[in-house]
Amino acid sequence: MAEDPYKVLGVPRDAKPEAIKSAYRKLARKHHPDLNPGKAEAEEKFKAASAANDLLSDPERRARFDRGEIDAEGQEKAPPGYGAGPGGFGAGGYRRQADQPYGARYGQASEGPAGMDAGMFEDLFADVFEARRRAETGPRRGTDESYRLNVAFLDAVRGATRQLTLPDGKALSVKIPPGVVSGQVLRLRGQGGPGRNGGPAGDAMIELEVAEHAFLTRDGNDLRMELPVTLKEAVLGGPVVVPTPFGELRMNLPAASDSGRTIRLRGKGVAEHGQRPAGDLFLTLRVTIGKPDAALEEFLRGWEPENAEDPRAGMEFGE
Amino acid sequence: MITLDILRARFTALREDDLQRWIGEGHVRAERQADDLVFQEIDVERVRLILELRDVMQVNEEALPVVLSLLDQLYALRRRLRDLGALEG
Repeated sequence: MAEDPYKVLGVPRDAKPEAIKSAYRKLARKHHPDLNPGKAEAEEKFKAASAANDLLSDPERRARFDRGEIDAEGQEKAPPGYGAGPGGFGAGGYRRQADQPYGARYGQASEGPAGMDAGMFEDLFADVFEARRRAETGPRRGTDESYRLNVAFLDAVRGATRQLTLPDGKALSVKIPPGVVSGQVLRLRGQGGPGRNGGPAGDAMIELEVAEHAFLTRDGNDLRMELPVTLKEAVLGGPVVVPTPFGELRMNLPAASDSGRTIRLRGKGVAEHGQRPAGDLFLTLRVTIGKPDAALEEFLRGWEPENAEDPRAGMEFGE
Repeated sequence: MITLDILRARFTALREDDLQRWIGEGHVRAERQADDLVFQEIDVERVRLILELRDVMQVNEEALPVVLSLLDQLYALRRRLRDLGALEG
């Protein structure tokens, strides 16, 4: 249904022909489709205004409309304007032509590769589009991928090379330097996600988790270990064989080495790395009595200590 | 191919001296074949636009070149943007 032409033009029903013409011109200037390319509603409004003007500017048809003999829509069929070209009057016919590449027929003289205005367009917009294109198609670095690797205690002490199997089945050779601790992250350059369009690959970020050891503990770069010794070794001293992370070690135990005594083995802790020297291995002696021994018991029953001492002297809590 | 006669038939309000003047000033770019003027569809719409500008919107002949020049710039820009956009896609 076409709208009431008076309403479309915004004029009273008794408006003079000049007022109708003026109202139509005002709307036409505002909504002409060729002056408003890309605005569909402008075309609709312009068509409606044209149809309304067509009806009301013809005294005969306006009178028939006022008498109710014809409705607003019926008049739309009449091709308005200049000679009924395709699309009728003011249907944006020129816009449809000018928007085509051959619209350059009415382009500016400077339109074309050599023109100054053209160059300005190219500069202005080509930069914008180029930046966007570059962001999409230019080289881009791959993403960093995070992995976790469980490290054996001794691998952290001595350093090692271990295989890390990635989710995609690829195996990654990870060189673990001596002295790593839990939570430390190793960066493997170029082992992460692949780069796009010739960009470099990302890095593999490997977080380490160092396991505990059955009888060794870490204290920074030093190692601590309890060394069980027999009663005889503790009292008499002598050569003992000490297992260390770097193989067995012979050492001479001094005589009367009591339980709790600490012995330092220099350089037998965490291996050296770069500028950092090797740590030490601290042994804490622990005297073991072992299984019941009849001869030992017999001896101790008749034994009178040379310098009898109370080992608990001074252990008083007071009142 | 559209001849002067067809053009005149389409626009009853078109006067030949107006058309000749617009062609002379470059507002309408017709081609000459032998002694005849030949028009494209875009020229027909161009004439329609000029008639509408003049008769409906009351753009007088002095203001016409300004309006057409601005419109030509607008459409040149639209075509160029479309070209750039097409390159993008």
